[in-house]
Amino acid sequence: MSVVLRALGLHKILAGDVPTTLIKGVDLEISAGEFVCIMGPSGSGKSSLLYLLGLLDVPTHGTIELDGVNTQGFNDAQLTQLRLEKLGFVFQFHFLLSEFSVLDNVCLPMRRLGRWPEAQCRERAMSLLTRLGVAAQASKLPSQLSGGQRQRVAVARALANDPLLLLADEPTGNLDTVASANVRQILHDLTRELGKSVIAVTHDPKFAAAADRRINVVDGQIDPDWQPL
Amino acid sequence: MIALNIAWTHLTSRKRQTAVSLVGVVLGVAFFLAVLALMRGSEKDFIARLIDNSPHITVSDEFRTARLQPARVRWPDDLVEIVGLRPKNETRGIRGWRYRLGQIESLPGLRAAPVLVGSAVLLFAGQEQGISLSGIVPARMRGVSTIEEKLVEGSLDDLEANPGGIIIGAGLAEKFSLRRGSTVNLVAGGGSNRSLTVVAIFRTGNAGYDESQTYVLLKRAQLLLGRPDRVNRFIIKLADASQALLVASRIEAMGTYKAVSWAEASEDILNVLFVRNVIMYSVVSAILLVASFGIYNTLSTIVMEKTRDIAILKSVGFQARDIRHIFVLEGLIVGTLGSVLGLLVGAGLMQLMASVQIRPPGGTAMVNLPVWWGGEQFLMAAGFALLSCLLAAWLPARKAGRLHPVDILRGAT
Repeated sequence: MSVVLRALGLHKILAGDVPTTLIKGVDLEISAGEFVCIMGPSGSGKSSLLYLLGLLDVPTHGTIELDGVNTQGFNDAQLTQLRLEKLGFVFQFHFLLSEFSVLDNVCLPMRRLGRWPEAQCRERAMSLLTRLGVAAQASKLPSQLSGGQRQRVAVARALANDPLLLLADEPTGNLDTVASANVRQILHDLTRELGKSVIAVTHDPKFAAAADRRINVVDGQIDPDWQPL
Repeated sequence: MIALNIAWTHLTSRKRQTAVSLVGVVLGVAFFLAVLALMRGSEKDFIARLIDNSPHITVSDEFRTARLQPARVRWPDDLVEIVGLRPKNETRGIRGWRYRLGQIESLPGLRAAPVLVGSAVLLFAGQEQGISLSGIVPARMRGVSTIEEKLVEGSLDDLEANPGGIIIGAGLAEKFSLRRGSTVNLVAGGGSNRSLTVVAIFRTGNAGYDESQTYVLLKRAQLLLGRPDRVNRFIIKLADASQALLVASRIEAMGTYKAVSWAEASEDILNVLFVRNVIMYSVVSAILLVASFGIYNTLSTIVMEKTRDIAILKSVGFQARDIRHIFVLEGLIVGTLGSVLGLLVGAGLMQLMASVQIRPPGGTAMVNLPVWWGGEQFLMAAGFALLSCLLAAWLPARKAGRLHPVDILRGAT
């Protein structure tokens, strides 16, 4: 299977009076259609690793290759453009823009990308919302939705520009059991049906169980000996 | 387009804050405009009074620099020593005045009138009064001097019709209790003596002028002063008074006679006006500066409240530039709306001020506040408001553009 994301020798060191090493020497490959879970104790560097893989943050050392493009030396504008075209994000908190309708929230990345005319943006957004079962909420404001619905809208927004890779940071962290199962199922289906790759940081063992591969991060490193329970 | 959409949504979703900063800009622009209109109006009014009561340019039979000896002109670089010479007696008056007047009148945008100025003594009922006598051609004087508007009795036509007529000021008339039809005796410098009939009386409001200035026909003055066919002054009115300095120097260049513009004659007053303008612009600019703080405050608050939105927009692929655009647009929207409304309110204020009538202390007539309706002050008010809004928006916008999504995401989760 083709490799979507390849990370080599990633280090992230925060400068300061006492430099803090968040990530030390991570090598990782993600294949197309793969569902990968990153686990680990609090403060182990899971989220930091996810931000690096999602091109939100720049590694101190090491390289990240996304879809065959080596991002080393890219400036902020170039990384932002890559995120726009190839990546989608889902966070623990839904981060929907509260003044915009659900439909507008999903349309935002498409409008920024400008690949589709407005009418098609809306059409695509509607079909994504339909797929995620929140089409009926399209014209509502995020505040009128339940937590699970908001998170599904956030997934729809992450999928708006048809990304290769979806990055999720504790996507079910704020959801009840039913909603969690729902979001988990959705992410799982994305990999199977649409061939998207998903990297998710999670604490939830049930969530991790649905993944193709589980990685444990301890002290900024991948623990090679770790076996999922 | 999305930036505009987001900017508009930010502003409309916090109506009260937006309204407060909008009111700040509106008031700022309105006061800026009103104060500017009043100050410019009073300045124009002042200059109009200053220059309308005197000619824009006066050409007199004098020279700006003393004339050189012919030998110095012939050999400018050589050592020439001439002792005991007296300059040739220059005939008084402007030589070839008809030709020179024609020359001056060929310049665009001006009207000129020939005048012979001399002094005389007015005798009436055993009293005497030194006066300044101006010989004028009424028809030519009309477009050049405001004397006709200042006439309280009689007209310039009466002078034209009566070669033995004289126009005197109200001060002189009161002093000697003269009225239209009174006969006065005039003794001119040359010694000639003539009785004249008062045909018109003017009042300028300048006491010295009203007591000592008189007008007779040019021919009459030439006879009285014993200077037939002479003129010693051209007075010139320009269509555009601000061109006076330039035109004066051109006239001087063509005729060698001294041409003094009103601007040169009242340089001290113009300097005072300039200083006054500097003070005025600083004060009214400060009003707008204060108003722009309202915008800065609102936008800074929005940036702080919207850090999560900014983080998510950046993470889904909005560039720092896009984020800056959003906030700069918000400043521009408030600035534009505020300018338009401010100009309307300001125009209303100006209308109100223009309708106010006040009686100056010690004055007799009601005076309207001089409000100037120039188009450029509207542009200036709007332009300055937009500029300060842009500046006020730029700082929060830059801050928003620099926000790092990871810092915010870390804090949020």
